[in-house]
Amino acid sequence: MSLLSRLNLAAKEKVLAVQQYFQLAWKSIRFVFARPFYGSDMVQQMDVIGVQSLGIVVLTGLFTGMVLALQSSVQMKQFGATQYIGQLVSASMIRELGPVLAGLMVAGRVGSGIAAQLGSMKVTEQIDALNTLGTDPIKKLVTPRLLAAMIMMPVLTIVADVVGILGGNLIAELYVQLPSSFYWQSVWKQIAQGGFVLNYIPNDFVMGLSKPFVFGAIIAITGCYFGLNTSGGTEGVGVSTTRTVVTSSVLILVSDYFITQTLLSVLPQ
Amino acid sequence: MSDDRFDDDLRDVPAAVPPSERRPGERRSTEHRARVRRAIRTELAEDAPEDLIRRARDEDEPQTSIIELDNVSLAFDYPVLEDISFTVEKGESLVIVGESGTGKSTILKLILRLLVPDKGRVLIQGEDIAHLSFDEALRVRQRMGMVFQGAALFDSLTVFDNIAYPLREHTDLSEEEIEERVREKLEFVDLNADKVMDSLPAELSGGMKKRVGIARGMANDPQIMLYDEPTSGLDPLTTGTITRLIMKLQRELGVTSVVVSHDIRSSFRIGSRIALLAERNIRFIGTPEEMASSDDRYLRDFLGGY
Repeated sequence: MSLLSRLNLAAKEKVLAVQQYFQLAWKSIRFVFARPFYGSDMVQQMDVIGVQSLGIVVLTGLFTGMVLALQSSVQMKQFGATQYIGQLVSASMIRELGPVLAGLMVAGRVGSGIAAQLGSMKVTEQIDALNTLGTDPIKKLVTPRLLAAMIMMPVLTIVADVVGILGGNLIAELYVQLPSSFYWQSVWKQIAQGGFVLNYIPNDFVMGLSKPFVFGAIIAITGCYFGLNTSGGTEGVGVSTTRTVVTSSVLILVSDYFITQTLLSVLPQ
Repeated sequence: MSDDRFDDDLRDVPAAVPPSERRPGERRSTEHRARVRRAIRTELAEDAPEDLIRRARDEDEPQTSIIELDNVSLAFDYPVLEDISFTVEKGESLVIVGESGTGKSTILKLILRLLVPDKGRVLIQGEDIAHLSFDEALRVRQRMGMVFQGAALFDSLTVFDNIAYPLREHTDLSEEEIEERVREKLEFVDLNADKVMDSLPAELSGGMKKRVGIARGMANDPQIMLYDEPTSGLDPLTTGTITRLIMKLQRELGVTSVVVSHDIRSSFRIGSRIALLAERNIRFIGTPEEMASSDDRYLRDFLGGY
């Protein structure tokens, strides 16, 4: 086979994969409105995706906030501008680091779990069994995970933001000897400065909380897509898991840029 | 029929030369093959599968085949099946045998419409299922019970929940009625309901998993049961138990069965007809007697291998 036709084939495969990815996403969203609705599966997934991820999200948020405060204090001390630490920490955490880091951590923990579970179900014919027993696997497995991830990601992000800003407060007080009141004033100043949507929803919150919805969807769909397309026995499950983590992490970072750009041009400054 | 006798038959048919002592390429003796044939015939005389079919068939019903494959072809990256046609009548049990990788399981997936043929038609009770929508296909599938090779039990659910699954999905039965049904099915497959109901599939032995798989497959009282390698990976005694169970299901409930297997011994016991799949097509289809007396060289080699 010539190089050109091989390239052609590879390109076609990629396009097909993207098409199937979006088909899966579309079907699973459509099934939200179709009976039967597997509510108990969704609640169970909310526990797995949300509650059980609290630990790593708290740790990630806390240390990110702390390191932000520490790094910025070194620079700001030179200009005597340490009272702006709160502003810097809150802006970074709420707009970017909270959603992105929570997203990446959940992609590693939950996305891989989804892919491994669905992948094992695929290779042990449990997906075929669901079909045979008259259940649509997308409705039963993908839709509850998608909804659970889209509901829980914003919650986890809020936790990461709050804990991160508290971590910044801790470092500001212990290392920079900046009183808490100054720190919090600076945090609030940043939020108010960013402008408001509908007069009382801060722009920072809109930006910080619209991202995790998308990230949650990316994590669930990517995990389910690779899980349901697993082939080649237990080895295939490993491959699917790795691909899920890599693909969803990349998709999170890429979509983060585009969401930011879109919102910056749309939100009133 | 008594199974002790069946196992005695086994003793009557020793390999002329044990496989380990056979030189590479050496064939078993004609005497041995004649013995195998004799043993098979004795067994057939006791079972008389035609009677079973006649009993199960409802005389008033028009004689549409319950399953029909009409010139079905399917290819993945390579051709798997080419122009396959056969019918399965109500109450009959068709066993599909063949070498590994000849597309035996693919036929079951076509019947279940987990796969759609590239060419040809698959008819279930006269209805072409190739063009059904997804929901309509789910409806057709509810008439069938499938027993997967590895049982494919949902490993996050208990045995009870596994068997109750199709009932909860498709019926309005109360929890008490569901429990009653699950117990009845577990009893049918000779499992102690109180002992196994709360176990997870991972805690069961291979044979028990298969039996729970059969119980789940028949939970909805399907008209058609499909089995994918029901006896593979099981010891000879458990193989006997599962074989008996499949026959019991057919005899007592009049279920139509399609069994994919490479276990010739149990195939001859279960099948009212046997189809041999080779080179993407059906090489032979007929009653076990016809198969045992066939002179087809490939068929003889295939049977001789056992």
